[in-house]
Amino acid sequence: MKQRILSVSAACLIAAIGLLSFQVNTKHAAEHQARNAGLKLPAGFHADMIADTTGGARHIAVADNGVIYVKLLKAKNGKGIIELHQKSDGAAEVVAGFGDYDGTGIYLKDGYLYASSNEDIFRYKLDKNNEVMNPGQPEKIVTGLINRREHNSKSIVLDNAGNIYVNIGAYSNSCQVDDRQPGSMGREGCPILDSAGGIWQFKADKQGQGYGDGVRYATGLRNVVGLDWNQQLNQLFVMQHGRDQLHDLFPELYTTKQNALLPAECLYALKKGDNGGWPYMYYDQIQHKKILAPEYGGNGKKEGGQNAIDPVAAFPGHMAPNGLLFYTGTMFPEKYRNGAFIAFHGSWNRAPEPQAGYCVVFQPFKNGKPSGQWEVFADGFSGSAEKTASGRADHRPCGLAQGPDGALYVTDDTKGAIYKITYKK
Amino acid sequence: MTPMKKNIFLIGILATCASVVFSQQKSTTATKANGTNAADVNGKKVYTKYCLTCHQADGGGVQNMNPTLIGTSYVLGDKGAIIRIALNGFNDNVEINGQTYSNKMPSFAMLKDKDIADVLTYVRGHFGNHADAVAPGEVAKVRAAMNK
Repeated sequence: MKQRILSVSAACLIAAIGLLSFQVNTKHAAEHQARNAGLKLPAGFHADMIADTTGGARHIAVADNGVIYVKLLKAKNGKGIIELHQKSDGAAEVVAGFGDYDGTGIYLKDGYLYASSNEDIFRYKLDKNNEVMNPGQPEKIVTGLINRREHNSKSIVLDNAGNIYVNIGAYSNSCQVDDRQPGSMGREGCPILDSAGGIWQFKADKQGQGYGDGVRYATGLRNVVGLDWNQQLNQLFVMQHGRDQLHDLFPELYTTKQNALLPAECLYALKKGDNGGWPYMYYDQIQHKKILAPEYGGNGKKEGGQNAIDPVAAFPGHMAPNGLLFYTGTMFPEKYRNGAFIAFHGSWNRAPEPQAGYCVVFQPFKNGKPSGQWEVFADGFSGSAEKTASGRADHRPCGLAQGPDGALYVTDDTKGAIYKITYKK
Repeated sequence: MTPMKKNIFLIGILATCASVVFSQQKSTTATKANGTNAADVNGKKVYTKYCLTCHQADGGGVQNMNPTLIGTSYVLGDKGAIIRIALNGFNDNVEINGQTYSNKMPSFAMLKDKDIADVLTYVRGHFGNHADAVAPGEVAKVRAAMNK
């Protein structure tokens, strides 16, 4: 038996060596991709992996002198935020760590670094070099936000009027009586919406604020991870993670193929008081309609969400938009100006159908509105088509930031890679 | 052949080699938990219908969300524990190999003892796991104790 294993192995090895020689011929293509850190990009763009093992890198902020701050999903050795400096050889070096808390949100504004745990929001004063002055003594701006594990990340962004916006995700998939229980119906007057499932607004400079001090700015948003303040329109935009498991929970109403595509991952332009419609409805990007959720009597066709706003753009289901960035730089060609980059973390909920996402998408905008079809901007994070389909991706895009020169930064929260994407005519 | 296709071909060859070697080894060390063939087929069927979306086809779960079923004490340890998880669901803050998971697992108490036994046997005997089978009687016993 042993001998047979050895002979089979030897034959395989010879075959493999034979094939490896073929590989030499494809060296140029491989080099091309290697030059872009494994990413596929439009012509003229170039990617560098400036850091590779920072851990679960969630959101990222880049200061006007190029200093980088990254929020880590899990604090490592008591350090949940890392600071990186970019060196002349193109690599970025971790120079400091602080902030003893897990989390996702990080944002720079007017001389302060803002960061969130899964319950609180902190801010750190910066000196003139954008260095944090007292890393051990941040001001706690907001405290006591609900964290019941599911959808607990608190993404943050600031406007230009001294307000900070925070996502408080619903601790539920679709507000069923029993969360994720097949066939369980929706709770009437979903009580989750009182303290979660929306965007809350707080003062950016006031310490110790709780729910009583904040404003529920928008409701009916299941979970938002990617959000950005659109400077051109002076308006908050968010990407919602659509609900999961239409087939698992209601197999008689939805096939696994329908489940893979539905519902849409929606881009919303928000005004104070807006309602995204969760959990009573979801947006169907194929029918272009707001559909009543099956937990509330829907059948995949009945319309719902009469009080809910429409998305400004809708993307295929479950791709998990974790980063949103309106591009205001001048490095990239004109068509990218004021358009939206979206980092899609990649799906899991499409199983047993192939998974999708693991890419950065671009949605062009014109006069403040989406204009034309979205396109995949950066792909290849997963490592291969097979790894995308299985969901066992090498890297998963999460956070986005724009550098002072207009370069686009992308984080990966699987291994902790940080990519810098640049353009040259 | 495109570079991508070549790579796939190469991976395919290597994978075939690995599986040939693996299957040779497997025949000498029979997995304990595969049970009867019919139970294994039913276990896979139940897994595909109720477990696969969250725990995935390879049992590896989903980063930050749904726990892996591979090589963890929750799956391989005391059978009573995994039977209780299947019957009650699971919504605790657990850390498995340094990872935490956020999503709630619903109860599967509506399944028959035989289906629960088969799917737990399937999980304990696949994805690289090698723990012994769960019998329907063991599920019935835990269910009865829980309903007291």
